[in-house]
Amino acid sequence: MRVDGKGLIDRTKPVRFCFDGRDYAGYKGDTLASALLANDVRLVGRSFKYHRPRGVLTAGSEEPNALVEVVGPSNQTPNVRATVQEVFEGLVAQSQNRLGSLRFDLLAVNDYLSPFLSAGFYYKTFMWPRAFWEGLYEPLIRRAAGLGSLSGRHDEGVYEKAFAFCDVLVIGSGPAGLMAALTAGRAGADVILCEESHALGGRLLSDGGTIGGLPAGDWVAQVVAELEALPNVRIMVRTTVTGAYDHGTYGALERVGLHKPARPNLPRECFWRIVAKHAVLASGALERPVAFENNDRPGIMMASAVRTYLNRYGVVPGRRVTLFANTDQARGVARDLMAAGVTVAAIVDPRPDASSVEDCPVHVGAEVVGSRGRLGLSGIQVRKGSEIIEIETDCLAMSGGWNPTLHLTCHMNGRPRWSEELAAFVPMEGAVPGLVAVGAANGSFSTHGALVTGHAAALKAVEALGRKVSVAVPEAEDMPYRIKALWAVEGTGRAWLDFANDVTTKDVKLAAQEGFRSVEHMKRYTTQGMAPDQGKNSNVAALAVLADATGRGIPETGTTTFRPPYVPVSIAAMGAGGRAEGFAPQRFLTSDQASRDRGAPMIEAGLWYRPSYFPKPGETTWREACDREVRMVRETVGIADVSTLGKIDIQGRDAGRFLDFVYTNTFSTLPVGRVRYGLMLREDGHVLDDGTSARLGENHYLMTTTTAAAGLVMRHLDFVHQAFCADWQVRFISVTEAWAQFAVAGPKARELVLSFLETPVELPFMGVAPVRIGGVDGRLFRISFSGEEGYEIAVPTRYGEALFRDLVARAETMGGGPYGMEALNVLRIEKGFITHAEIHGRVTAHDIGMEKMVSAKKDCIGKAAATRPGMWGPEREQLVGLKTHAPISAGAHLFVPGTEVHRETDQGYVTSVCWSPTVGAWLGLAFLKDGRARHGEKIRLVDHLRGLDVICEVCDPVFHDPEGEKLRA
Amino acid sequence: MRLTCPLCGERDRREFYYYGAEDYLHRPSEGAPLSEWDSYLHLRDNVAGVVRDLWYHEAGCAQWLVVTRNTVTHEISGVELVAERAK
Amino acid sequence: MPDLIAKSALEGRSLALGGVTLAEVDPGPITSIALYPGGTKTAAKGLRTLGLAMPGPNSFIEKKGARIVWTGREQAFLIGVAPPAIEGAALTDQSDGWAVLALSGVAAVEVLARLVPVDLRLAACPVGTALRTQVNHMNAVILRTGDYGFEILVFRSMARTAWHEIENAMHMVQARAGTKI
Repeated sequence: MRVDGKGLIDRTKPVRFCFDGRDYAGYKGDTLASALLANDVRLVGRSFKYHRPRGVLTAGSEEPNALVEVVGPSNQTPNVRATVQEVFEGLVAQSQNRLGSLRFDLLAVNDYLSPFLSAGFYYKTFMWPRAFWEGLYEPLIRRAAGLGSLSGRHDEGVYEKAFAFCDVLVIGSGPAGLMAALTAGRAGADVILCEESHALGGRLLSDGGTIGGLPAGDWVAQVVAELEALPNVRIMVRTTVTGAYDHGTYGALERVGLHKPARPNLPRECFWRIVAKHAVLASGALERPVAFENNDRPGIMMASAVRTYLNRYGVVPGRRVTLFANTDQARGVARDLMAAGVTVAAIVDPRPDASSVEDCPVHVGAEVVGSRGRLGLSGIQVRKGSEIIEIETDCLAMSGGWNPTLHLTCHMNGRPRWSEELAAFVPMEGAVPGLVAVGAANGSFSTHGALVTGHAAALKAVEALGRKVSVAVPEAEDMPYRIKALWAVEGTGRAWLDFANDVTTKDVKLAAQEGFRSVEHMKRYTTQGMAPDQGKNSNVAALAVLADATGRGIPETGTTTFRPPYVPVSIAAMGAGGRAEGFAPQRFLTSDQASRDRGAPMIEAGLWYRPSYFPKPGETTWREACDREVRMVRETVGIADVSTLGKIDIQGRDAGRFLDFVYTNTFSTLPVGRVRYGLMLREDGHVLDDGTSARLGENHYLMTTTTAAAGLVMRHLDFVHQAFCADWQVRFISVTEAWAQFAVAGPKARELVLSFLETPVELPFMGVAPVRIGGVDGRLFRISFSGEEGYEIAVPTRYGEALFRDLVARAETMGGGPYGMEALNVLRIEKGFITHAEIHGRVTAHDIGMEKMVSAKKDCIGKAAATRPGMWGPEREQLVGLKTHAPISAGAHLFVPGTEVHRETDQGYVTSVCWSPTVGAWLGLAFLKDGRARHGEKIRLVDHLRGLDVICEVCDPVFHDPEGEKLRA
Repeated sequence: MRLTCPLCGERDRREFYYYGAEDYLHRPSEGAPLSEWDSYLHLRDNVAGVVRDLWYHEAGCAQWLVVTRNTVTHEISGVELVAERAK
Repeated sequence: MPDLIAKSALEGRSLALGGVTLAEVDPGPITSIALYPGGTKTAAKGLRTLGLAMPGPNSFIEKKGARIVWTGREQAFLIGVAPPAIEGAALTDQSDGWAVLALSGVAAVEVLARLVPVDLRLAACPVGTALRTQVNHMNAVILRTGDYGFEILVFRSMARTAWHEIENAMHMVQARAGTKI
């Protein structure tokens, strides 16, 4: 019911929204919860396990009951807290976790089965027969115990992530936060003020009172106006700081567009990474429920929430309200209600020494012991001494005191401290370096305490920043906090602790009885604290009940660990921009468009996109195109873009010496104008990478790396250089991106190359020379990855596309054309050339038959380790070729024919395979135990995954032109 | 986590690549016994307290860094350039 | 003879959204200058012919269309002019290795706050700052060229991704215009 003259909602802006198919009206400034309560909708959801009717419990992000699905044009978001979701024109929401309608949920039968559904019932009930678990029990349980559902479609919404930096981060904008922000802001510090709600002011908006003689609301407005005018203060509303991380890093979730109709490009949420030199935690406190029988009916709410709905939203959740509370502060709720003309049927205060002077009946030393009302509260039972009093009420405001919202102080392993005086945990000082908890978050529950501590913390931060400021702290209420802890009322019925996961005091006691006495064990056994609210409403009470059941004190029982995030964060927000292609940068070749123009499917090779093959009319499979391209290279000439290979320009008097150190073989003796194949080891003796390096000048080399390892090699070279020879005359830099490079391979390669050079050059095999092509300076290498006579021609990247198109056109006049990755792979397997399929990180130079490339005359990285026992010898798996007439697969394992197939008899594995149109057989490269001594043997290849079982011939890995005559032609 | 690169200044951890203990800087001399290589390559302490680690400012200046940090408190007490460290 | 037409990574594309402009620019020649140990003095002599000097970390110097940008320890990129003869340093042509994007407008800093994990607000990143950092997952060199202007160097092969990500951020900033931050 809406109350006239109350609330901060904008009554000139009505908003229509829909809940469970019915249209309702609210106002701008309403949350879904306040608008539903204004419409007298009390039943908003069903509980997790027992499907009990549930209503709004709180007015904040800690809400355990009012979880709804918000249906958008492109998505359906489950578990949205109705207490956080603001209404907007056209909002569509629906209740969740029900079968049938919300009023007649068929799964409510679970509530009658509750004796069978106690803590740990999964483990006890669904033991037998074992096979039923996956097929029957689990799907049934999942259906019954759910927390909302998704649309099943991709979330097309826009999400954002962003970085922010400040001197002082103020978390929360109640009296403590506003005072801190004002102090730091006036001092000229760079301030970010984060507020979870859509309006600044925190509990001042709910509780009223006066500050410095002004009504609290006016003081808030005045401070906010000043902060907004300060250029050094950034105010972020609808932003929850979700985590505290090392060195002043904080995560924060901003609801950017969730309170508005969807708009193109408007982010739904933004995940902020905020870096702050200092942080002030002014996150307030959370009121805690009291466990009594049937304390979960719609209409039973937190006292502070009732006050918030009244003063902030102009809503009373009932006509006859009762209050059950154990602090003096909570009396303000009853007084505010009565002042607004609402009947307060009774105040129930368990403290025997509490005041009984109010304008309504007060039962001192009494407790609420039960409630009634099927879909909403209609009455409570109060026990006073031996007497039971029935009170008619449709709204019970309850309060068991307050828990400081100290979660962030525990995110770096800090443990909170128990305060007997407050009957609550308070933050451990210094638990997060640079963060200071103030106000209610630190157990200062009065407005005065909040203002003073907020001011002091900000002042300290400001001084540490070398700034000065003088700000007067205004006068405010400084009521003492008098509490008698009350966690659970004595009784035999079910009394809820964790509303969201349906955990009762009985479950906690059962856990203790069954031996789960540690708080961490109890949590996992009962699932208390594991729901979306992460125990915000129940943790302290649950461990108090556990402490009682195990005969220990609360400090000895301890708490579970609070971890980020403080509120649920959608994966979409945390990984904003990373969906689908946003996952990693895409690298495109200069020939990309030309390849696509020819219909080439592009495949990912690391971050690069490379053509797989170039289909011709009439070809129906990739294999047809691939076979043709292989024959084309072997018979005429083929063109391939090889720009993806890493290229590192190395210069200096000690360049050769440096290469000698990082390669196993010697480069300082390489003549200018020549290229040499090099093998690079890791310091642990395994192969890191291979490639060719060219000597372009006396003190100038160009190293190439494999595509896959380009970054890895650069990092390695940087390490070797900086760690071991920073004083050498050598510098290097990647030029991968600066040059477009194309392979020209095949018997007609030379003819083609000579056709476009301004001045013909005759290069020996493994030679390099500067050339000019169409007025552009380039480089010509005579190297081959195909086994045919081959050249690679490099030009500055800007000319890459033009040169590629030109080369392909020339090749086509000679019966050749472009070839893709598939053919490139077949060509290199036929020739026994290795890639990172072979040098996968666990092979040594010995394994690939290159031990002779490790020079005896000099030291190099990895040399010592490569000589260690176990790194070489016949017991190792060595590179061999495989030849057969049936399809084979990479990943298959090798066995001696006639032996059993299992791990102990495993002889090795296959790394690369292809159909070779040149040899007319299936070829493979494999690692086989003592493989080099076994050429000619038959071996059994088994791949259970693909159902292959094939006998192969073990042979030399070089299948094509073993003498290299074609290369040197 | 944030690291202060001696050249680039304070940066987010995402810009850095972690390698391992500083021990990698103390490469045995050529011909050292294999046991020395074994310890250089593989034997590490698992310290609860102050450690010196190698990090690479991969998305920044490409310098290797020796970072002194406390594995218990996460405090970072020093960052030096590998290339300019006192030998 | 082949007719080799030069193409930049993005063919000079440009885009304006919500008061922010993104454009590919032609920086002219880019030369990496990496000093050898002991090369400081002789290299300085070479640079003096352009009126330039090796810049300190995180900064660049501009003179008559020539820029020298700090890119690492004892390393800089000379941009916009052909390199003079420089002793004591390795010179490497990087002209074709990078795509350069200019981003300008009052909200340019907000756009980059979506992608760059460094404080780019003017007080922390004044004009003349050169940073080696990331644009999302891409390594980049970011130059603060004006109160409201940046130039961003990314690897040429990643230019399309960089464009796409900056454009996305521009759209989002425009859509939430009016938000203070």
